[in-house]
Amino acid sequence: MATLSLRDVKKSFNATQVLHGIDLEVNDGELVVIVGASGCGKSTLLRIVAGLETPTSGQVVINGRDVTGLEPADRDIAMVFQNYALYPHMTVFGNMAYGLKIRGMARDEIARRVQAAAEILGIGPLLDRKPKQLSGGQRQRVAMGRAIVREPALFLFDEPLSNLDAKLRVQMRAEIRRLQRRLGVTSLFVTHDQVEAMTLGDRLVVMNAGRPAQVAPPMEIFSRPADTYVAGFIGSPAMNFIPASLDQGNGSARLPDGTLIPFADGPRPGTAGTPITLGLRPEHLEPGDGPGSIPLAVELIEPLGSETVVHGRTPAGMAVTARLNGAFSGERLPVRIAPAHLHVFDADTGRRLDPA
Amino acid sequence: MDAPANPVALRAEPVRDDALLRATRRRALLSRLLAHGALILGVLIVAFPIYMTLVGSTHDAGTIGRGDVPLVPGAHTVENYATAWNEGGGRSQTTPASTMLVNSLIMAVAIALGKIAISILSAYAVVFFSFPGRMLAFWAIFITLMLPVEVRIIPTFQVIVDLNLGNTWPGLVIPLIASATATLLFRQFFLTIPDEFVEAAKIDGAGPVRFLRDVVLPLSLTNIAALFVILFIYGWNQYLWPLLIINDRSMETIVVGLSKMIGRGDAQNEWNTIMATAVLALLPPVLVVALMQRWFVRGLTETEK
Repeated sequence: MATLSLRDVKKSFNATQVLHGIDLEVNDGELVVIVGASGCGKSTLLRIVAGLETPTSGQVVINGRDVTGLEPADRDIAMVFQNYALYPHMTVFGNMAYGLKIRGMARDEIARRVQAAAEILGIGPLLDRKPKQLSGGQRQRVAMGRAIVREPALFLFDEPLSNLDAKLRVQMRAEIRRLQRRLGVTSLFVTHDQVEAMTLGDRLVVMNAGRPAQVAPPMEIFSRPADTYVAGFIGSPAMNFIPASLDQGNGSARLPDGTLIPFADGPRPGTAGTPITLGLRPEHLEPGDGPGSIPLAVELIEPLGSETVVHGRTPAGMAVTARLNGAFSGERLPVRIAPAHLHVFDADTGRRLDPA
Repeated sequence: MDAPANPVALRAEPVRDDALLRATRRRALLSRLLAHGALILGVLIVAFPIYMTLVGSTHDAGTIGRGDVPLVPGAHTVENYATAWNEGGGRSQTTPASTMLVNSLIMAVAIALGKIAISILSAYAVVFFSFPGRMLAFWAIFITLMLPVEVRIIPTFQVIVDLNLGNTWPGLVIPLIASATATLLFRQFFLTIPDEFVEAAKIDGAGPVRFLRDVVLPLSLTNIAALFVILFIYGWNQYLWPLLIINDRSMETIVVGLSKMIGRGDAQNEWNTIMATAVLALLPPVLVVALMQRWFVRGLTETEK
């Protein structure tokens, strides 16, 4: 088993810098998910670890061995590709065995490993088929099998679920997680899907424009996002952001219309009147009239079955999303801000402001 | 169901526009007739000369010599073909068709296989390796497409003669092997091979030669077959170069030999033997196309991935 560390990895394509110095430590047996919008550099980072791209500077260290200058085949890694990259003219067995065959492994040892992997993945009866004869989920499994038989130090997943339909994706997601736990192989998983990231990762790296915006376990990312980018990216529907300023000895936020919202967990650092951004998740807007409630003019209702997402506007014209339990219909929705769930960010830098 | 869901739809009889229906049928029939007419005309134009050759090869020399154009087969089939096969036609120069067929076969197969080997390797280099001057190399190959063989035939002849390769198989085949067209076709095909295969192979530890042998070649099989058909016929039909480089009658190819049979001047041509030889010359390409048709069509139309 193995650890992975990235030390100040930078990458530029000609004049464009895509990675601005990434540092990351992945512990033995850990599954770290790199998540971010397209173009944030997450795939490039994975390909640098795989050895398919060369970093402009920095080091890739697997298990204490600097592999930065090594070929992919010599790095003791296995990779699952987005479109699986199964060789179409080889059988499932051939695909899984190919890497071992090149390594010069004995025939019966190859057969044993492939059989074992096929059993784990439940693709034993498919070994003689060609990839063309398989369904999407089966191909996905074969791609995983190809990685497993190598018994590598490190698994690399490059958006392996994005070619599957929604239902299968959920199923394979759970399967990958179980398998990774069972084999205990250190893994790096790239995705743009935040649900995948939240459910799969021991830790998440949220990438933004070539920098890691936050590296933390999923629930910490959700409950204490480091900046407005992470706050807006993780969670669905996205967090509401409301401009405000510090007031009352920094113990409250003053909204543009003058409403005061006290912080439940104590005053923030900074001078009075400092502009801030309040973040509030849609599920933390409580419906109900009363003092301090905001009447929303309802623009769109999305019923999801057990809950309803309501898009509305405040009297000041700001778009706000609320998530309610059960059904809802109507033109007006008064909501209250629950101070206990308030996130406070610096309006200029976007960084999270914690109580002093 | 006692209450129909949509009572209006059940009650109203759909209106049939008979005039429009008839017009549509008439148009469909007309376009079918037109299409078939054009196709049949095309087949006649192509097939009639071949039919004449076939019929001509079954008469004796006198019949055609008199200027008749017979349209029904005659009675001299076996002897005409036997003469062509064993002795050859023409008055002064005779090479048996059997020898010429073998020569043509050697030349055509060597050219086709050589072209495929060279162009796969050069296309592989241009597509899968990045090296300085890659695009330059590609364009240099591509530009030679613009030059017909005839333009460079004199310098090529000079080179081959200086190398003492006149009247030899290498001298006949090698200058015809370099192929910009096949390189271009393979390049276009290789470009459709997803990058992920290359990357998966890198992670599997397959070097360039292994990747070529284990992945690229198996994927190119249909393309290779299709190109083989085209290049075989190209090789078979070579005329000018074999005419220049081969003087030895025992190495004569059938396309060249056929034209040499037709004498100029007063001498009477043995048209019956010439036509029999022509039919024999026609057979190998036809056979190659017929046998490889399935592969040929697949290779040109379908990309297997």
